[in-house]
Amino acid sequence: MNFEFFLADLWAARANLLAGLWQTVLISAGSVALGTLLGLLVGLGLSYGRLPLRIALRIYTDFLRGTPVFVLILACYYIFSAAGLDLDAFQAGCLALTLFCSSHVGEILRGALNAIPAGQTEAAKSIGLTFGQTFTSVLLPQALRQMLPTWVNTATEIVKASTLLSVIGVVEFLLAVQQVISRTYLSLEFYLFAGLVYFVLNFAIEQAGRAVERRIAIPR
Amino acid sequence: MTYDFNFAVVWRNWDLLAEGLMLGLFLALVSIAIGCVLGLAAAFGMLSRHRALRWISQCYVSAIRNTPILVLILFCYFALPQLGIAMDKIPSFIFTLSLYAGAYLAEVYRSGLVALPPGLREAGLAIGLTEWKIKRYLIIPVMFRNVLPAMSNNFISLFKDTSLAAAIAVPELTFYARKINVESFRVIETWMVASLIYVGACVAIAALLRRLEARLSIPR
Amino acid sequence: MIPVLNITDLHKSFGELEVLKGIDLAMHKGDVVSLIGSSGSGKTTLLRCVNLLEEFGRGRIEIAGEPIGYREEGGRRRRLPERQIARQRAMTGMAFQQFNLFPHLSAVKNVMLGLTKTKKLPAEEARAIAESWLDRVGMLARKDHFPGQLSGGQQQRVAIARAIAMAPQLMLFDEVTSALDPELVSEVLAVVRDLGRDGMTMLLVTHEMRFARDVSSRVVFMHQGRIHEEGPPEQIFGAPGTERLKAFLSNSQS
Repeated sequence: MNFEFFLADLWAARANLLAGLWQTVLISAGSVALGTLLGLLVGLGLSYGRLPLRIALRIYTDFLRGTPVFVLILACYYIFSAAGLDLDAFQAGCLALTLFCSSHVGEILRGALNAIPAGQTEAAKSIGLTFGQTFTSVLLPQALRQMLPTWVNTATEIVKASTLLSVIGVVEFLLAVQQVISRTYLSLEFYLFAGLVYFVLNFAIEQAGRAVERRIAIPR
Repeated sequence: MTYDFNFAVVWRNWDLLAEGLMLGLFLALVSIAIGCVLGLAAAFGMLSRHRALRWISQCYVSAIRNTPILVLILFCYFALPQLGIAMDKIPSFIFTLSLYAGAYLAEVYRSGLVALPPGLREAGLAIGLTEWKIKRYLIIPVMFRNVLPAMSNNFISLFKDTSLAAAIAVPELTFYARKINVESFRVIETWMVASLIYVGACVAIAALLRRLEARLSIPR
Repeated sequence: MIPVLNITDLHKSFGELEVLKGIDLAMHKGDVVSLIGSSGSGKTTLLRCVNLLEEFGRGRIEIAGEPIGYREEGGRRRRLPERQIARQRAMTGMAFQQFNLFPHLSAVKNVMLGLTKTKKLPAEEARAIAESWLDRVGMLARKDHFPGQLSGGQQQRVAIARAIAMAPQLMLFDEVTSALDPELVSEVLAVVRDLGRDGMTMLLVTHEMRFARDVSSRVVFMHQGRIHEEGPPEQIFGAPGTERLKAFLSNSQS
């Protein structure tokens, strides 16, 4: 390894790499935020919707979860440009990640709500709570706690999947690194560096998730 | 939107899509087989009495799980040759996916091992089995049956990850889909068919694994 | 005087299976009625109908003169809108076999939830009421504990406080001691007995025959979805009138 060359090149490319990293953060945070909002609605529909809605959402989630993210990204990218809709690579990629995230969050929420014993709803009803009150005061707080670890896991999956946007030309962190490699030929060093950065990013998310989990844990 | 659907172009290339699917299934199968062995070793490593072994296994599992698979694929294909480890596209991809599978399965096995009742090992000791035989005849078979559902989920997501082989031009399904897309301009049809093939394959694999689970599950 | 609870000709089926085949039962203020009978006789279903946790097919349930759950509209029977149902549920309080405390809320918050959400009381007032009831069931010292930190008997006492803090006209107890370890049964029964002494109107399903005898003003023996025999406890336990009841009592003497 040419460690000194690597450090020199790393320093020289710092602006581009940081810009790429910022894109990665933007893509991931945006997709997770939008995907979670959408996913919560999907999960609600899966749990409490009428039959036709449940069937439609079941097809939606199973289809999205059965398709590789990479295929979703390529499909969003090519299909929207072919259909004449003005989505650039960045938007198409974010859309794909958002849809992917929503299908996972929807399924997680459904599972979490399903795991709450029926007695909880009955007890809430028996003190006169309406369905809406039961949901917000009794079911949702329990479901969200139950979902948190899996949701954090989904968030790290999205960060990892954001690398796939490099293939459709979004200069996120991986593509920024590849551009540096094509100038410097230091593929070993820079790929290792990229791996390390993603590791740190995901590790930080996991630790943050654990900290939140501890904070909101129900004492027992 | 008025769009004339024309699946004929896509069907004309059905042999390419079938070939791509087969290659994807082959890549997944080989990698999963290697990954199962690797994962089992890493799982026992993480629970070992030896600190060094624990540390190495833990590092392997955390590093791989927190790194995007695309970075690993590119690293193995483009950077490892610099260390004198040069592999063709397909072996290189299998190598990467096996490493990836190993890390994910290790985590599954580890939680399976931790969840086993201590009485199992003690019962083995009581009838005079050696540690190795206890592992071989008691621990591993019981653990395997318990973690089968979790393993199935991992198998399916590993199969979906074979789509990423397209990134290093391994001619599997996603690679051919892009090719047909570019050559035919039937964008929507191509990606619809490609996703449907993936979804169909996932559903088929899931059904197959469920039958296997039912077959192997311990009656209770 | 208007009865607190008036059930007439109540029928309830689960699919093909008819579990309540015409129940008539009236309770007045201060009555303590125990429902006894073998499992599958319909006692728990009856209780759940009164709390509107089950829909029922035919018949009528009135709480303090108000028909609950349904209204007649041009000869048609219609389920009331959810908001009405919720209000009517709060007229009765229910204690469950499995306690069903909300695990993510402390004891005092469990009791406060219905007061702030259903009765729309300000938090401070709700807290004061909750604390006084927790005191009554001997749980004030543990008001900030979470359900997971309490024993089964303590959880059940909090659950009873949660129901009764809503000031229901009628308290329903569904086998409140069946899920408890034997040594925890008496602390819960003591709470129920105290409530009865204070004049609370209570309808309870129980397997504790001795307790039913002590606490009840009337005992109702149910069999196969019907009221088979009823009367004051001395009569039901001392001089059972039917063979069925005799057989049931001798089987449950253990």
